[in-house]
Amino acid sequence: MPGSTGPDELIMDREAVEEKLRDLAGLIVDRTDELGDLLVVGIRRRGVELAERLAGHLERTGVGPVDTGSLDITLYRDDFEQVGPRPVIGPTEIPGEITGRRVVLVDDVLYTGRTVRAALDELADFGRPSRIELCVLVDRGGRELPIQPDYVGRRLEVPPGRHVAVDVPSLDGDLAVRLVDVKGAG
Amino acid sequence: MTADERPGAGLGKDLVGLEGLTGEQIVAILDTAEPFKEISERRIKKVPVLRGKTIVNLFFEPSTRTRISFEFAEKRLSADTVNISASGSSVQKGETLVDTARNLEAMRIDMVVMRHGSAGAARFLAERIPSNVINAGDGQHEHPTQALLDLLTLRDRFGRLEGLKVCIVGDIVHSRVARSNIWGLLAVGAEVAVCGPKTLIPLGIEELGVEVFGRVEEAIAWCDALYVLRLQLERMQAGFIPSLREYNRVFGVSSERLAAADEDLVVLHPGPMNRGVEIDSDVADGPRSVILPQVTNGVAIRMAVLYLLAGGRPEMAEAAKRGEG
Repeated sequence: MPGSTGPDELIMDREAVEEKLRDLAGLIVDRTDELGDLLVVGIRRRGVELAERLAGHLERTGVGPVDTGSLDITLYRDDFEQVGPRPVIGPTEIPGEITGRRVVLVDDVLYTGRTVRAALDELADFGRPSRIELCVLVDRGGRELPIQPDYVGRRLEVPPGRHVAVDVPSLDGDLAVRLVDVKGAG
Repeated sequence: MTADERPGAGLGKDLVGLEGLTGEQIVAILDTAEPFKEISERRIKKVPVLRGKTIVNLFFEPSTRTRISFEFAEKRLSADTVNISASGSSVQKGETLVDTARNLEAMRIDMVVMRHGSAGAARFLAERIPSNVINAGDGQHEHPTQALLDLLTLRDRFGRLEGLKVCIVGDIVHSRVARSNIWGLLAVGAEVAVCGPKTLIPLGIEELGVEVFGRVEEAIAWCDALYVLRLQLERMQAGFIPSLREYNRVFGVSSERLAAADEDLVVLHPGPMNRGVEIDSDVADGPRSVILPQVTNGVAIRMAVLYLLAGGRPEMAEAAKRGEG
């Protein structure tokens, strides 16, 4: 296998991730003067839990209750012809009306930008938010589409053959960012 | 490797019937249908996943509900659809089918949804064209998407299928709905019984592990779900039953007959109903009826099947095995 391989490398532990999410919540609050209609939407799967945690941090800044939602972008992917169907599709849950609201889209890792493209298309089928911003825990570069994040927890250079794994408690038992071999990352 | 990890739930190119599918494959289809339910609740009831696919709805027999349900499913997945209604009466069916199939292929279609009066027509077509073929009812053979939507409706209601007691009442011998349901229910571990006039119960059905009740009261006392089949009026003319009134008197599902039943017992019907023959209006419209949820689930199930089959081609399966795109 080409590229560098090696043991898993811990980039951020639970505390570091939580601190980043707290910082990101601060940036989101600072960016605007109208927070009342904020909706935080996580992209399945790992973006959903990050969105919920981010919403918690936002609420702790004193902005009041923050609505959350989730998007499964499987049916909006652009590689259906290449890879075929994935039988496991998660639920998409958008609470109420999104037209006119400020939406913060949350994902764990920003890479090619294709997932975000799909998420933007899917959101548009629910309504017309007044603004959509993108918040990612890790930006690893390598964009294939003109999509850039508004809020970034951490920028990472990822060597060939390696992959960024974000762990969340509900799926992986812990909160962390790790560099792992592509083969093991599945 | 579980069914979940295989592209298209391991269904392959076509869905001809539920006979031969594993319980795991059937459950994978039901699980895939779950997220599709929500799409029909959106204001914009459409996702782009089958954009650019051409689907032909080829109906050699009349159908309203099934054809419309497939058409909604196709449109909500952004496929392009063409409806062809053909009467098979004037030409020999085998020749017509091959000819029709060749003509459709020449127009570069991707999928065919077919209803046909002859058992085996769907497999016949599937073996002759590279497009995906979905059986929307072939003679007295199978109607797999109907059974799948029934299973989904039962699972919604009871939260499980394994061990569920389902009794199908009516004309079992001529019914493709009964056949597909029996295969599907047995595969997922449900207990299956049938009930009806002796003339309409297939000989030797017990050998499949299906119980037979001669009296509908016994069936009601036994089951969690009563699946009432439409009694086709031709059956009376053909001498299988003495009269519709007699059938209703002995096998009709009425609220009086259901009065003593378990309060969770539900009633299914594939439609269209003959009210006052196989089912009374107060049952069809009553609290035990899941007939309208069946119709709602039909769209989600057909979306799931179309979605799973659309990619179920060998080269796609290979690409999927290589991993994430």
